Amino acid sequence: MKFGVIVFPGSNCDFDSYQAIKVCGLGEVRYIWHGESDLGDCDTVILPGGFSYGDYLRSGAIARFSPVMRAVVDFAKRGGFVLGICNGFQILLESGLLPGAMRRNAGMRFVCKDVFLRVENRFTKFTGCCIDDEPLRIPIAHGEGNYYADSKTLRLLNDEERIVFRYCDKEGDVNEESNPNGSVENIAGIINERGNVLGMMPHPERACEKILGSEDGLLIFESVAWS
Amino acid sequence: MFYEPEITPQLIKDHGLSDDEFRQIVAFLGRQPTFTELGIYSVMWSEHCSYKNSIAQLKTLPRKGKRLLAEAGEENAGAIDIGDGLAVVFKIESHNHPSAIEPYQGAATGMGGILRDIFTMGARPEAAMNSLRFGPLDLPQVRYLFDGVVRGIGDYGNCFGIPDVGGEGFFDESYTGNPLINAMALGIAKKSELISATAKGAGNPVLIVGSKTGRDGIHGATFASEELSEKSAAKRPSVQIGDPFTEKLLLEATLEVIKKKLLVGIQDMGAAGLTCSSSEMSARGKSGMELHIDRVPVREEAMTPYEIMLSESQERMLVVTTPEKLDEVIAVFRKWDLQAVVIGKVIDENRLKVYYDGKLYADIPPDSLVLGGKAPVYIREQKKPKYIDELAKFNPLNLPEPRNYNAVLKQLIASPDVASKRWVYRQYDTSVRTATVIGPGGDAAVIRVRKSPKGIAMSTDGNGRWCYLNPRLGAIHAVCESAINVACCGAMPIGITNCLNFGNPYVPEIYYTFAEVIAGIGEACRALDTPVTGGNVSFYNESYGTAVYPTPVIGMVGVLDDVTKRIGMAFTHEGDRIAVIGDNLGELGGSEYLKTAHKRIAGAIPSIDLGKVNQTIAFLVEAASKELLKSAHDVSDGGLAVALAECCFQHLIGAFIYYRLDYRPDACLFGESRPLVIISYEETRQEEIEQLCAAKKLTFSPIGITGGEYLNINELINCSVHELRDLYEDTIPRMMDKIGH
Repeated sequence: MKFGVIVFPGSNCDFDSYQAIKVCGLGEVRYIWHGESDLGDCDTVILPGGFSYGDYLRSGAIARFSPVMRAVVDFAKRGGFVLGICNGFQILLESGLLPGAMRRNAGMRFVCKDVFLRVENRFTKFTGCCIDDEPLRIPIAHGEGNYYADSKTLRLLNDEERIVFRYCDKEGDVNEESNPNGSVENIAGIINERGNVLGMMPHPERACEKILGSEDGLLIFESVAWS
Repeated sequence: MFYEPEITPQLIKDHGLSDDEFRQIVAFLGRQPTFTELGIYSVMWSEHCSYKNSIAQLKTLPRKGKRLLAEAGEENAGAIDIGDGLAVVFKIESHNHPSAIEPYQGAATGMGGILRDIFTMGARPEAAMNSLRFGPLDLPQVRYLFDGVVRGIGDYGNCFGIPDVGGEGFFDESYTGNPLINAMALGIAKKSELISATAKGAGNPVLIVGSKTGRDGIHGATFASEELSEKSAAKRPSVQIGDPFTEKLLLEATLEVIKKKLLVGIQDMGAAGLTCSSSEMSARGKSGMELHIDRVPVREEAMTPYEIMLSESQERMLVVTTPEKLDEVIAVFRKWDLQAVVIGKVIDENRLKVYYDGKLYADIPPDSLVLGGKAPVYIREQKKPKYIDELAKFNPLNLPEPRNYNAVLKQLIASPDVASKRWVYRQYDTSVRTATVIGPGGDAAVIRVRKSPKGIAMSTDGNGRWCYLNPRLGAIHAVCESAINVACCGAMPIGITNCLNFGNPYVPEIYYTFAEVIAGIGEACRALDTPVTGGNVSFYNESYGTAVYPTPVIGMVGVLDDVTKRIGMAFTHEGDRIAVIGDNLGELGGSEYLKTAHKRIAGAIPSIDLGKVNQTIAFLVEAASKELLKSAHDVSDGGLAVALAECCFQHLIGAFIYYRLDYRPDACLFGESRPLVIISYEETRQEEIEQLCAAKKLTFSPIGITGGEYLNINELINCSVHELRDLYEDTIPRMMDKIGH
């Protein structure tokens, strides 16, 4: 599997994603500069977290206009795997590859902590390795992760099992207390209709080694690497 | 042509220069200074840039060590060799005055400044810490400042992409009008890629890179060198505005040009902007510079030479390269969408010449401007404050013994000084860069070092209350506590950076506390072999005529040879044994208990035996490397009872303790004798631990066992761990929710 990690000016989790793939031996990996318009022979493209272009406007609102995003949209249309993490998820929403929008966190503050995720759909290219019932423990770190979609879209997402992750508690129960940012229906990650574009707010690349407190994020990378 | 006002006695006074200093300027120049020159001397000889009232004392600190790669004050930050061809680069700095009047931008630009200090050395910043002091949180203006500062630090650091791994937070009336915002950053670099802040080689081009220059922050350094008053609000324009996105680009571009070996030298433009960077780089390289500042990209119209030279606009650097590498340097900055403009060249002459449109506006010997050159050095009058001996006489044992120890413990746990600071660090990204092994909330933070088995531990510690009661001993304690904190994680302390926060140095009583604190830091650092790698002095921390407590903040750095052997502070398993290492002398003077339960800030603060501190460090490092311990936590604010409670919180594991009470129970349980460390371990390891303690001549006292849902100490205390933890976690959020969001 060949991974490409997109680098926007202001990306700051590009290094973490790159390292996770490399250290965990998941495949080849290289950086792709935001000015490039050719993704080369990548099988999976990662849009990393950070503050692309400073995010002084709405998160991801400028990044979608960068040359590389045109290439990413084409790549997704051809069926290539795209994983958007945190700011990457916001960019996927802004560029229309995934439905819905992000608002500021309900508490109006940046939140960084470990959360638990219930895997709602184990039959995606990104979750095939999540075989047991245990929720995943993965950190979040964002100020705008309050996912919103209108009721029609939500119905569609639910009907097509495209809500991949929901925030839950340690026992796997999805409830208000376990929702860190006010996201509608505790949504933490969704996938597109075709099943090749996943966006998620939590950072799996920060949970790939035991010394960092959790290896649950590795399941997501392994799923896509082996699919 | 710009009109430059005539130099009058009033103008000199407005620039904060004394008559004597003005005479020296005339002597250096051999003539009257121009207006631009007056401005340049004014900022360079301000306290903030010249350290004129502190440097004589700072020079008494131990600043040498075989692992030191840069001597204190020589470069943008300190650097220590950690083996494997790697260096840690770190520094702490204050941003107190700007934060007092504009908390969000003040704190944000404080972060920006300290991060630039690290990456201009060629090191990528890997972790930050913040040491914060405010007034009591029940005051609305304090909550406003606290909230703004935390948001400012968070928004800047989060966008930049630095994990904020810890720090401290204290709340005392002493800091109500003048909070202390001290930011520490640490980076890791290949030793071979460290770079100097120097200007050498006549003819070499000098470039300004990064943001455009505006009128923000003019005279910021001078502003930081006077007391805060009702007039300070009018100086809000002196506070700079932060742009973390540009800083992030500057980081990547700077590291790229350094890695490609394209530079001769580089310096951040912090206080006193272009003036400070050009004169310091010249003085370091024993050279000069010719600057044509009409070429400086500006974002406001009609900026005068005076304004361009004094602007403190953020996210700018001064860079010296060679003519051959110039194009490549410019190309790298362009790639990162940053401007890099040649504004002059290095000259082989001890002059800083500033031209605008070909006209000379300043012509100064740079060494006359800088610290370590000919900037003024003063030793101020000292006088021991009367209150010190008065307060030391206070005997805490004349106070009544508490009737309900459970209530006292709860009161201490709910003190904002002791309570969890999670409300703060939850707003900071603590895990970006995937190196955080122990994050905020522990004794020290630990990050791993990539491509090496090592870990770096860091801790910031200060105790203004103790330094107020006994400046020298208080400072010794600050160093020791930071060292023990680092050692509790299993790391060997290797060096410090310090941030010294004081009032007006012209007040003899304040200068006395300053000199005493320096003496204390020096004594402790010599004993622990942890040299001072640099730092920052912040004077004039006063508002409405009252100075803050003398508050040195120590940033200690330590090395763990094997990061997988780091130790946390919390009990990890039920049924483990608990012991205390060290001697508890039941010392209550200056304690959190006296402050919280008895509203008294008085008494003789605990004594300390530096030999024991060294032995305790040696014990902790060895015990960790032999994997004898499950947890280690040092006793500090709130004493043994609070420390035990803190060990219970993370995994909600209680403890059953029987502790020999050699003194009055409140003195034993809430006194703050140091060094005292609580450890937990498997029963089978007890013999080895005891032997190690004996070898280090340390007192080993088994005191109990972990388990259950209660913390029970001698039946005097029996509290639900759940209940204590809720108090610990809820205190600060409950107080901050009052601000209405």
